Amino acid sequence: MSGPLTRRRTAELPEHPDFLWRKPQLKKSYDVIIIGAGGHGLATAYYLAKNFGITNVAVLEKGWLAGGNMARNTTIIRSNYLWDESAGIYEHSLKLWENLEEEVGYEMFFSQRGVMTLAHSVGDVRGKQRNFYANKVNSIDTEWLTPEEAKKVAPILNISDTIRYPIMGATYQARGGIAKHDWVAWGYAKAADDMGVDLIQGCEVTGIKVDNGKVQGVETNLGFIAANKVALAAAGHTSTLTQMAGFRVPLQSRTLQALVSELLEQVLDTVIMSGAVHVYVSQAHKGELVMGAGTDAFNSYTQRGGVHVIEHQLAAACELFPIFSRAHLLRTWGGVVDIAPDASPILGLTPVENLYINSGWGTGGFKATPGSGWVYADTIANNAPHALAKNYSLKRFTTGHLIDEHGAAGVAH
Amino acid sequence: MLSINCPWCGARDETEFHYGSQAHVAYPENPETLSDEAWAHYIFFRDNPKGWFQERWVHTAGCRRWFNVWRNTVSHQFGPSYKPFTPAPARP
Amino acid sequence: MTKVNFEFDSKMYSGTKGEPLVVALLKNGIKTVTDSTYLSRPRGVMALGAEEPCALVQIDSGSGEPMVPATQVELVEGLAARGLAGIGDLPNVSDDARYDKANRHVEVLIIGSGVAGLKAAQIAVSKNQRVMLIDDAPRVGGYFVAKNNEIDPELLAVLDSPNLLHLQRTTAIGLYDQGYVVAIERRTDHLSANYDPKVARIRTWHIRAKEIILATGAFQRFLVFPNNDRPGIMLSHAAATYIDKYQVQIFKKAVVVTVDDQGYEDALRLHKNSIQVQAIVDVRSNAVGALVDEVKKAGIEIIFDASVTNTQADEKGELAQVAISKVDLTGKVLSAVKEISCDLLAVSGGWTPTVHLATFIGVKPKWVKEKAAFVLQDLPKGLSAVGSVAGDLGETENTPASFFGVLPEGELATVSFIDLQRDATVRDLKRATGAGLTSIEHIKRYTTIGTSHDQGKTSGTTTIGLLSQLISKELEEIGTLNFRPPYIPVLFSALAGRDRGELSDPIRTTPIHAWHLDAKAPFEDVGQWKRPWYFPQNKEELHQAVARECKAAREGVAVMDASTLGKIDIQGPDAAEFLDRIYTNMFSTLKINHSRYGLMCGVDGMVFDDGVTTRLGENHFLMTTTTGGAAKVLDWLEEWLQTEWPELKVYCSSVTEHWSTVAIVGPKSRALMKKLAPDLDVSNENFGFMTNQYAAVAQVPARIARISFSGELAYEINVEGFFGLHIWNAVMDAGKEFGITPYGTETMHVLRAEKGFVIVGQETDGTQTPQDLGMDWIVSKKKEFIGKRSFIRSDTSRDGRHQLVGLLPKDKLKLLPEGSYLVAKDSKQAIADSNHIGYITSSYHSAALSQTFALALVADGRNRVGQNAIVPLFDEQVEVVITEPIFYDKENTRRDG
Ligand SMILES: Cc1cc2nc3c(=O)[nH]c(=O)nc-3n(C[C@H](O)[C@H](O)[C@H](O)COP(=O)(O)OP(=O)(O)OC[C@H]3O[C@@H](n4cnc5c(N)ncnc54)[C@H](O)[C@@H]3O)c2cc1C
Ligand SMILES: [Zn+2]
Repeated sequence: MSGPLTRRRTAELPEHPDFLWRKPQLKKSYDVIIIGAGGHGLATAYYLAKNFGITNVAVLEKGWLAGGNMARNTTIIRSNYLWDESAGIYEHSLKLWENLEEEVGYEMFFSQRGVMTLAHSVGDVRGKQRNFYANKVNSIDTEWLTPEEAKKVAPILNISDTIRYPIMGATYQARGGIAKHDWVAWGYAKAADDMGVDLIQGCEVTGIKVDNGKVQGVETNLGFIAANKVALAAAGHTSTLTQMAGFRVPLQSRTLQALVSELLEQVLDTVIMSGAVHVYVSQAHKGELVMGAGTDAFNSYTQRGGVHVIEHQLAAACELFPIFSRAHLLRTWGGVVDIAPDASPILGLTPVENLYINSGWGTGGFKATPGSGWVYADTIANNAPHALAKNYSLKRFTTGHLIDEHGAAGVAH
Repeated sequence: MLSINCPWCGARDETEFHYGSQAHVAYPENPETLSDEAWAHYIFFRDNPKGWFQERWVHTAGCRRWFNVWRNTVSHQFGPSYKPFTPAPARP
Repeated sequence: MTKVNFEFDSKMYSGTKGEPLVVALLKNGIKTVTDSTYLSRPRGVMALGAEEPCALVQIDSGSGEPMVPATQVELVEGLAARGLAGIGDLPNVSDDARYDKANRHVEVLIIGSGVAGLKAAQIAVSKNQRVMLIDDAPRVGGYFVAKNNEIDPELLAVLDSPNLLHLQRTTAIGLYDQGYVVAIERRTDHLSANYDPKVARIRTWHIRAKEIILATGAFQRFLVFPNNDRPGIMLSHAAATYIDKYQVQIFKKAVVVTVDDQGYEDALRLHKNSIQVQAIVDVRSNAVGALVDEVKKAGIEIIFDASVTNTQADEKGELAQVAISKVDLTGKVLSAVKEISCDLLAVSGGWTPTVHLATFIGVKPKWVKEKAAFVLQDLPKGLSAVGSVAGDLGETENTPASFFGVLPEGELATVSFIDLQRDATVRDLKRATGAGLTSIEHIKRYTTIGTSHDQGKTSGTTTIGLLSQLISKELEEIGTLNFRPPYIPVLFSALAGRDRGELSDPIRTTPIHAWHLDAKAPFEDVGQWKRPWYFPQNKEELHQAVARECKAAREGVAVMDASTLGKIDIQGPDAAEFLDRIYTNMFSTLKINHSRYGLMCGVDGMVFDDGVTTRLGENHFLMTTTTGGAAKVLDWLEEWLQTEWPELKVYCSSVTEHWSTVAIVGPKSRALMKKLAPDLDVSNENFGFMTNQYAAVAQVPARIARISFSGELAYEINVEGFFGLHIWNAVMDAGKEFGITPYGTETMHVLRAEKGFVIVGQETDGTQTPQDLGMDWIVSKKKEFIGKRSFIRSDTSRDGRHQLVGLLPKDKLKLLPEGSYLVAKDSKQAIADSNHIGYITSSYHSAALSQTFALALVADGRNRVGQNAIVPLFDEQVEVVITEPIFYDKENTRRDG
């Protein structure tokens, strides 16, 4: 029963450029300090420079550049969120993605291979249909697929009713897809560096200096750095920083895990998500399956999670895609994600003057990188929330105007 | 898969428990007299420290009882667990 | 020694049962196993075990498996494999092999059954501890046995200890917090090429240990130099083991290149096996001692201050010759020494302790220069290490050199491989540093080093080392080894185990389920429950069946299995007070044997669950919850009782399974009830709405409740769960004369929607207050209850919130899709900046109304009653009228019959 002698290989990736970014001399003060060189921090720096000509900017990173969640996510990009506010900012982001490689001048493997979200019960179908119609009225491209249509898009999908929660339908956003996270971060970093932004690695913010309700600068392991404006972009570490500035945020830091398989011949050329049975998967450019599921249950800054979460998602994956049963798990890892009570971001001004917050993207902020950077840069430059950020202020927890994107599954990727 | 020490049952696997977030957040005495901000803090704001944390768990698939425990969020190390309304042991 | 036949790259060969596939290949003269992923260079076996970076195969026999190191495959009759160039092939046939899981609690877990592990086991066993000893390899002994030594029988005797569970072919893949280890036991592949579907092929062990002892040994490193990837170039310990232990006899002439004394030891092993070792090329300036003397005695030339700086291949691309040059420890090539033709180059680049498992929980290995190795340090409590993984790399007379290879320029850099599987080279490393990168993590990402199948087992230390040579920094300044689980690649199916199909989530069914199955009802998954969706007759479609079922309920009598509703028994002197605090409405005023509908909110004031609660006694209530919400509600109640109101004496138990509930619904239900319980006074005066009576039904004691979720006269017969089917059958028999009709969840939904009753989770999504649902009447003004404070927040109390309304399409046959959105007919009325005004939560054909209808949540909905709106669908705009959310029997005249 031996197969044919195949030693096929996929095309090698193109190479990163010969030069990426400087190792700049840290200045005593900046117009804007951005804390955290994840995707959002870097994109913010880029748009501050590009859209507003603000280049006296430092991005401070405690570890290595884009080594937090930006280096750990499963890169799903889509804009088919439920609420109008979400549709606004994620769609803005998706539009930016569609031009980003060209604009920034960096290959990012942005691939609009479609994102399919499965429904597994009558109630699940109802919920997904609502999402589908919500996208329709917000002019976000979306399709509803029957199980048979879903199988046409992804022939390896098991649409039989022998599985515990058979597939009853799916939404599909054809413009959704994936990109390569490191390449995105490095593209923004290089472009920002080219425009004069200082990317300072190994620089941990340990204090935020506030006088008379106004931010003055930051304490770091490399000393005090003064700044007119300070912008938080620290994802899972945000609450620690706001505490330094004297206010609280409703964020909890949880581990979100992901995994990859070995390189495999192409079997899946779209992204498939299932909140009901807890797994989502895509096959990356080189051929590895990239998968994730829900967050671990408890607060953690360890970047490691429980193996039962991995086992559960592999069981779900083998159910939905029987062909995966013989893929190998090569590597698992975790990131520290910042979860807000409504699974939506907190973006805007803070109780401290000239201190800005961008956080709460939780399990789904990679896709928002361009949009969030754009909106945040605008907010910082104008010292007023960008129109798309208006409803994402901290105030909403007081008024009760939450933007609940938990959906049925509790995880929004 | 953490091993969590239920003060009634002993150490059990994490999957038997549900997480209850920060411990010692009491329901406000007179909610009506609270400002919207204060009420929002009660509903939505919980500490999220790096390091030792007093948190709640419930032994859902066991004795079904709630308890508090010290746990370190940067190492996953556990300190003592203790029953609700008993004095909290010192930070480990 | 059993001879077996196997297939490789579509040709048949033979070998010895149980030997590693690589040995069988080598013995058959096959040095080239596959070619490389991106550059298509021929590649052979490099290493001895799981760390193998080159010799990957795809298994085609048995259940098939992509990308397995040929070092890890044991030969069995009928094995079929082919060389794999780094891209696996998922077998497109179903995998019927069995994968299971086991749990084990032990006092001591020892990982690795080399001599160090065996000794650790001996000590633990002697202390009478419960011990588990696992090892990746087929047999015990590790490095010691690979060197052809025999283990002391006294030490081996520990394996017979009754306190010891000993498993070989069992790899610890993950180490987690609190002494948790996951291991994969390969149980059948070495017995037969075919799996037995009744025997677990792989067992995943979940081990909780008080103490974990790592005895995982070490890997040998290779060296980097131009063309260091040719078949015929092997790690010296692997080469010596294949030749000396497994008697591979295809090599004639060898060169050994080394940074330590291991090279000398292995040279001697080769020499003993009649291989002409032409030179030992040692990067160090000198080496002395017994081993060196022995080498000299054997007539082997030693070239110091030198290394291999290039190789040549024969026509097959396999090693033919090596070039030797003087080099310095930074990897600079100084001067050529000579070229030697050979078919084997044994490389001894130092040892890397197998520290992986410890790094999984954050341990940072430390570079120890004298050992030229990253060694474990600062192990957390409960974790210790013995043997080579602890840095005990054997006493050697000469310290190893911290040398990782030469760093050529130009073309040669492009064939000096660091990660053989990723075809990543010195050129890539130099570009990375040239690009401004200094972090090892960035360099890995820039070059892809360490991301392949072996996850950097052979390349990890080498990369850090080369970087230290390249930028003249000490290794420890650059970084340390950092790995992620699993230790080796693991089949998805092994970790999935048996949690597949029916076993992937418990299936809950009611005692009446067998009847529903017989009736061929399609089922709806509601949480874990299987509920009959409808009961089709004569090939009816859903809508036809539902129309018939609804008609029966509205005009005759229909019956439903309502047993899945969550039931919580609440008892104690403070039970009534407790319910007052939980529900938005009052329960302490409820009379015994009366029932009341209740709504509960979260602290945020949003509707959380609902249901009818019955007072069975002064201090005794039975709460019902939604089918899907039962567990959540019980947790909720317990949370409040235990963590907020310990002063309340109240006890809650889940009794969902204890009671079966059969609802009989419709104008003829009274007659049926009378027939079922002849002694019961079923008159409205004596058995009013929302009251309960006890009676025997079909000889079984029952509590009968006048509850209606349909608006019709209805009775719910509650009996002990066990009698569920009995009562159902009795009801069906007695109901025959009334034309009794069973109905499922869909009809239930239609009936309740016609009456405007909400379903939590359908009319709500966690953002609705009771007021939004038009249920102000159920919100007590008099008492405090959970969530009350939230109603007066600015957003919750504002005008214009989405409110529950009804919709009637102008086209009476048009069924609006659930989830679809509405826009105001007059777009000036559209609120905020989005133009939709709400969405449809429920939508049905109604037999009673002879038309379709819907429930919707609409902004400022109550003020829009009477207005028109549009539901924009793809190809049409459906016009609707906004109505009150009640369509049928607004005056509630029917529920009393
Ligand atoms: C496993 C996983 C899978 C995911 N999958 C997806 C997905 O498929 N699609 C999607 O859209 N999103 C996904 N996400 C979410 C996404 O990765 C995050 O929302 C997003 O990356 C967060 O923004 P960021 O890139 O700026 O964060 P990060 O990359 O985490 O950046 C924050 C940075 O701040 C730095 N920092 C923190 N504190 C300090 C300090 N005191 N001083 C200096 N620097 C500091 C950190 O070191 C870090 O580099 C996933 C996340 C994870 C963990
Ligand atoms: Zn317990």
